[in-house]
Amino acid sequence: MTDLKFNSDEMMTIAASRVLENDDVCFVGIGAPSAACNVARLTHSPDITLIYESGTIGTEPNVLPLSIGDGELCDTALTTVSVPEMFRYWLQGGRVTVGFLSAAQLDKFGNINTTVVGDYDHPKVRLPGGGGAPEIASSCQEIFITMKQSKRSFVDKIDFYTSFGHGEGGDHRQRLGITTKGPTLLITDLAIWKPNHESKEFTVVSLHPNVTREQVQNSVGWQVSFADNLETTPEPTTNELNVLRELNERTRIAHTNK
Amino acid sequence: MTIFTNLSKAVSENLNDNDTVAFEGFTHLIPHAAAHEAIRQQFKNLTLIRMTPDVVYDQMIGMGMAKKLVFSYAGNPGVGLLRRMRDAVENNWPHSIEIEEHSHAAMANAYEAGASGLPCAVFRGYLGAGLPAVNPKIKSITCPFTGEKLAAVPAHKPDVSFIHAQKADKKGNVLLEGIIGVQKEAVLAAKRAVVTVEEVVDSLDTHSNACILPHWTISAIAIVPGGAHPSYAHGYYDRDNSAYLEWDKIAADRDLFTSWMKENVLDAKPEDFAARITHLRNI
Repeated sequence: MTDLKFNSDEMMTIAASRVLENDDVCFVGIGAPSAACNVARLTHSPDITLIYESGTIGTEPNVLPLSIGDGELCDTALTTVSVPEMFRYWLQGGRVTVGFLSAAQLDKFGNINTTVVGDYDHPKVRLPGGGGAPEIASSCQEIFITMKQSKRSFVDKIDFYTSFGHGEGGDHRQRLGITTKGPTLLITDLAIWKPNHESKEFTVVSLHPNVTREQVQNSVGWQVSFADNLETTPEPTTNELNVLRELNERTRIAHTNK
Repeated sequence: MTIFTNLSKAVSENLNDNDTVAFEGFTHLIPHAAAHEAIRQQFKNLTLIRMTPDVVYDQMIGMGMAKKLVFSYAGNPGVGLLRRMRDAVENNWPHSIEIEEHSHAAMANAYEAGASGLPCAVFRGYLGAGLPAVNPKIKSITCPFTGEKLAAVPAHKPDVSFIHAQKADKKGNVLLEGIIGVQKEAVLAAKRAVVTVEEVVDSLDTHSNACILPHWTISAIAIVPGGAHPSYAHGYYDRDNSAYLEWDKIAADRDLFTSWMKENVLDAKPEDFAARITHLRNI
């Protein structure tokens, strides 16, 4: 509980930060995941190992990086390896416990599109593409996803499978020979979702404070399932909010002075 | 024998129309000055390879130099999309380009295979992903020992690779520090390699495991202080984040892009880079 007022972005970042643990080795996507991972490190998990795909291992940035290759990540890392080594030894080698991703489009089975909107050969919007995500999604022991809900991004059918989540659901991963767990958590600005044990469809397990079922349904392009024992996400603590706000303020100053 | 030369000669003697070329740098040490020189010399029909084609390839595509783009992440890092590349892919402006799209793991492995003299790279990748269906270069291979199906992509073997590095010694041995990306692999995979450096020093004065490219792996070196701007050179100057934000506006408009390129690239010189980083120096 806190006396401070907080917004839904802050709730999302803090809820996402809580799901990481001190002994995690986490492959960090840029944007929302990066903020959450660093709030975790600055609150309950000081020894967490954060890895960015630019090759920085065990990095402790004082400000959030604008890109995955900012000098701050290298300056504060335990070690910086080459990009081939990063993908071969550390990711493919199975050393990463959690991959933390975001998406342009997401479906109810945690499949991610960051490649194109529309047809691949004649796209309506050409997005940047997958980068490291296709192999992050299959090589990390499990995947957490964090992103804001909207009808544009939470869609019934994604336009392109940039990274594979649970495919068509059920045992689709195992049928493709993928041995890792895939998406196990989705943290949004409104709720926390977990895949159903059997179907693997993302199900709302916890609503953030003051959020209604209708709000969740109205920002999603499929019929949402809610858990029977639906919980309410604990509010951010004063400490969590202060850590996040100080991090954002340091980041703002660092990036506007350049 | 490595030859120290000026950037104009380094580019004209090593790059040709129709070449397959890599200008590599993973957010850090991006060879902007070399790319601008290539733009001034108006090369055509290039196959451009890069993991993270950002502003430099956006510029080269917008100037009509690219026949094909081989890549894994085409964005303006921390800002958004590449608007010149989008205009080429979505609207064929200034002309259509061919796309060969991979994942980072595939691209990194393909460079490593090229540097290793192998015909292809083998890795565990693309499981369930959509790219194999749209990129015929992505195939699979079965492990003869375990039966596991693995991904295979052709090795990258550029005609020439361009990189930027912190320093060279007087013999032309080159040192890279910080986020080193795939530059070592890109140089060793290529037939020819051109390096721009911040400075030349008497001794590289480093430790036993530093990332060093011996002079006999390099075709030409040009000294271009600030040559990575608006990316950064670790230990020399910081990333010019505002330039990346500015690029988003410039690249959004064809006329603005064309006039910006004339003023800042076509009518500019390699020596202009030094002044662009004076306010970003961190030593």
